[in-house]
Amino acid sequence: MDPARALEINTDLARKVLTEWLRTEIQRHGFRRAVVGLSGGVDSALSCTLAAEALGPENVLAVRMPYRTSAPESYDHAGLVIEATDVQEITVPITDMVDPLFERFPEADRVRRGNAMARARMIVLFDQSMAFEGLVVGTGNKTEILLGYTTLYGDSACALNPIGDLYKTQVRQLARAVGVPQVIIEKAPSADLWQGQTDEGELGFTYDEVDKLLYLLVDARYSPEGCVAAGFAPEFVERVIALVRRNQFKRVLPPIAKLSNRTVGYDFLYLRDWGT
Amino acid sequence: MPTLTLALAQITTRLGDVAANLEKHLNLIAEARAQGADLIMFPELSLTGYVLQDLTPEVALRPTGADPLFKPLLEASKDIDLLVGFVEAERRHRFYIAAAYLSQGEVIHVHRKVYLPTYGLFDEGRFFAWGDRVRAFDTRFGRCGVLICEDFWHASPPYLLWLDGADLMLFTSASPGRGLNQEPRLESARWVEQINQAYASLFTTFVAHANRVGFEDGLNFWGGATVFDPEGRRLAHGPYHEEALTLAELDLDQLHRTRARLPLLRDERTALMQRELQRILSTDQE
Repeated sequence: MDPARALEINTDLARKVLTEWLRTEIQRHGFRRAVVGLSGGVDSALSCTLAAEALGPENVLAVRMPYRTSAPESYDHAGLVIEATDVQEITVPITDMVDPLFERFPEADRVRRGNAMARARMIVLFDQSMAFEGLVVGTGNKTEILLGYTTLYGDSACALNPIGDLYKTQVRQLARAVGVPQVIIEKAPSADLWQGQTDEGELGFTYDEVDKLLYLLVDARYSPEGCVAAGFAPEFVERVIALVRRNQFKRVLPPIAKLSNRTVGYDFLYLRDWGT
Repeated sequence: MPTLTLALAQITTRLGDVAANLEKHLNLIAEARAQGADLIMFPELSLTGYVLQDLTPEVALRPTGADPLFKPLLEASKDIDLLVGFVEAERRHRFYIAAAYLSQGEVIHVHRKVYLPTYGLFDEGRFFAWGDRVRAFDTRFGRCGVLICEDFWHASPPYLLWLDGADLMLFTSASPGRGLNQEPRLESARWVEQINQAYASLFTTFVAHANRVGFEDGLNFWGGATVFDPEGRRLAHGPYHEEALTLAELDLDQLHRTRARLPLLRDERTALMQRELQRILSTDQE
């Protein structure tokens, strides 16, 4: 199997399913509108574009939430998406929300600070969700969900996520197809939580590489040995498997200690679309 | 020339809202009738929605005129034959994924799904009882057989229906779409269409498939209704991922023409099959 080839998707089909899914799943719960946090990166650019196509740009609110040290080009790239999709927009800087916390805990390292920023953005998004009467559309892709490269209750928080089953390399393909500006697709991915941060620098491998490995491990159900036989370095395989396992807690709801005969999460089973 | 005008309804449903789904059925039945259809088939669990989980006992019904939600369907079947999907509650409170064939105000046949997928994203065995019959039945268009989704992912139920005399196989699904690659249809769609065409060819019979559309939580259902003739040729194809009523004209004389040329049914060695199957099942398999 050639995983690079297997990762290539029919973007027309993906676009059709995802836009219809967004429209259906938002409207069946009585909403017409959506809110998207726009970072200037390719993931949120894609989610925003799909939402605009699904609901009409007038029904989508893009929210830019810079911190004082955020890269200015992040803000500008988000502006390109707003321009290209014609969605509504608001900018809510988070500096005044998080700086008092950082002043209280000056020893906080950059991971703590980054997490607090991601969660401050979540607060803004869900507040705008109420104000705009729109559901928060998620922007996490399959690669970061599997690797746990995300802040729990931060950037991973949303009402529904159209791109969570697309690997980063597939996000890029679909982004290209729906007209996300080239400069956004081609730049180095970054959470922009501190200056000079890049995903691939922090993770220590490229999305192209890890997507191929994750495809074999997760989608094609290869054993670790099978991945090594397919040409991946053993330490790389081990490290990725460890990341996936260690971050399972970010992919599930917190467990509830079972006492009664019927417990939410175990034997009280209904879809969210119950009755709709 | 005996022809059957078959309507395949690929619909989205409201999860657990039988009354709302019934209304959609009645509207489509009227539309199919207006278009001259003799038989309209609805997808698996068309009256209830698919991922029912703990809703299962609440939406279950008995397919008789005594049920207020089933009665209008029996009424409607006076003008056009119907195949509808529902949860059947039997007398002793076991729940089945079922499909009922209705004609002239009567329930002619009920099929209870015999294969309940309980793997991967599927969890049917947790909520439903397993049907244990595969039977063909007579209709005014000839002998038919009904199977539901996973039933026809296994080769034996279609084979049994073939031997039991079914010349028209009516397959229904609520098939979650999965397997996005470079192709213009999902892997699950390719697979189902491939095996439907294979059954039509292998059994020199008509094979019709109605699948639902829409979404339930993150799942999509892909539609793409098909009818294949006894030559394995596709007579009709519904669109993917959208609601549609697809009509097909089945020239029932094609059975004669195909089987005169290709006597696969005549030559089927059922006694040999039975003998060998008995041997295989009685031998210790390691």
